[in-house]
Amino acid sequence: MLLLLTQLFGTFFLIGLFGFGGGYAMISMIQGEVVGHYHWMTMGQFTDIVAISQSTPGPIGINSATYVGYTALVNAGYEPYWGILGSFIATFAVVLPSFVLMLLISKFLMKYRNHSTVENVFSALRPAVVGLLAAAALLLMNSENFSSMAENPWRFCLSIFLFLFAFIAQKVYRLGPILIIVLCGVAGIVLGL
Amino acid sequence: MFELFKTFFQIGFFTIGGGYAMIPLIERKVVEEKAWVSEQELLDLIAVAQSCPGIFAVNISIFIGLKKLGNKGAFISAIGTCLPSFLCILAIALVFQQFRENVYVEHFFRGIRPAVVALIALPVFRMAKSAKITRYNIWIPIVAAFLIWKLGVSPIFIVLAAGVSGYVYGKYLKEDFGS
Repeated sequence: MLLLLTQLFGTFFLIGLFGFGGGYAMISMIQGEVVGHYHWMTMGQFTDIVAISQSTPGPIGINSATYVGYTALVNAGYEPYWGILGSFIATFAVVLPSFVLMLLISKFLMKYRNHSTVENVFSALRPAVVGLLAAAALLLMNSENFSSMAENPWRFCLSIFLFLFAFIAQKVYRLGPILIIVLCGVAGIVLGL
Repeated sequence: MFELFKTFFQIGFFTIGGGYAMIPLIERKVVEEKAWVSEQELLDLIAVAQSCPGIFAVNISIFIGLKKLGNKGAFISAIGTCLPSFLCILAIALVFQQFRENVYVEHFFRGIRPAVVALIALPVFRMAKSAKITRYNIWIPIVAAFLIWKLGVSPIFIVLAAGVSGYVYGKYLKEDFGS
């Protein structure tokens, strides 16, 4: 367990340290490490965590760190109270770099924000973060989240429909994410997805 | 000190949907009600917090805490912002564990999953706009996405590589083209 806790701490410390571009970009990093690298949970479980993190109070980065820390421990077969320790470690680790960096560079960055070096770094960083987000969305489009034509055609078509519905509802009708999540969840129950 | 904690606890508790949704609330509480920072200072803080790594709302709370009470204030504010998340998620995680096998809960989450993917896909376009993607740099997000998606490269590595190459490009190559 000590190994798992150390890995959790290390992973979320790095995510906090390199997590540029807000909560959604962080989700891409968490996905890469937690599902892709360490296999602490499946893509489906991860998607559930993202859904819950989006619809509960607080920043998405903190919410998902807390939830992933809990799930990683519980999935590894430990009791729920060890899961709480996992939550604490992951949340603490993701905030720690912010804390140290803010104390160190708040003055520096305030002064040099428009300096050409800082500008240069960000001129490449910003487009890359867009790529990060795109990759997160593409990776989530798998058979665990959508099913597949061969496995369950009904669920697959409905999933595609709900995907398009959520996309258009947010883009065109500007519905809030929580409303969209609840509507799609209810549709899942009613249609027996 | 308790004021700092209380204010950021409220901000953490009453915002749903991520850091940017917090800006209006932070503005009202910290600028209008408490007058801890001026409107202009807050705008600067937002710009800096955006360009720093880490969680946006936490960065802002650390900044304001730091300004009010030094290191101790930064610590208290950060805890205040994180605590509501932490408690809510733990409560949900403990309860969800028991209902996981329930048929209706399962259907509910099967309906939610495609929606979550859509909710993540949309900010791609929004961010592409604010990152000023043009036909000269559109290859950057495409290559980054491909490396992560198909070759399993860690996003952490991508961020590091992009930052370093931006630095190198700007320092050693851009001048050669006279810009």
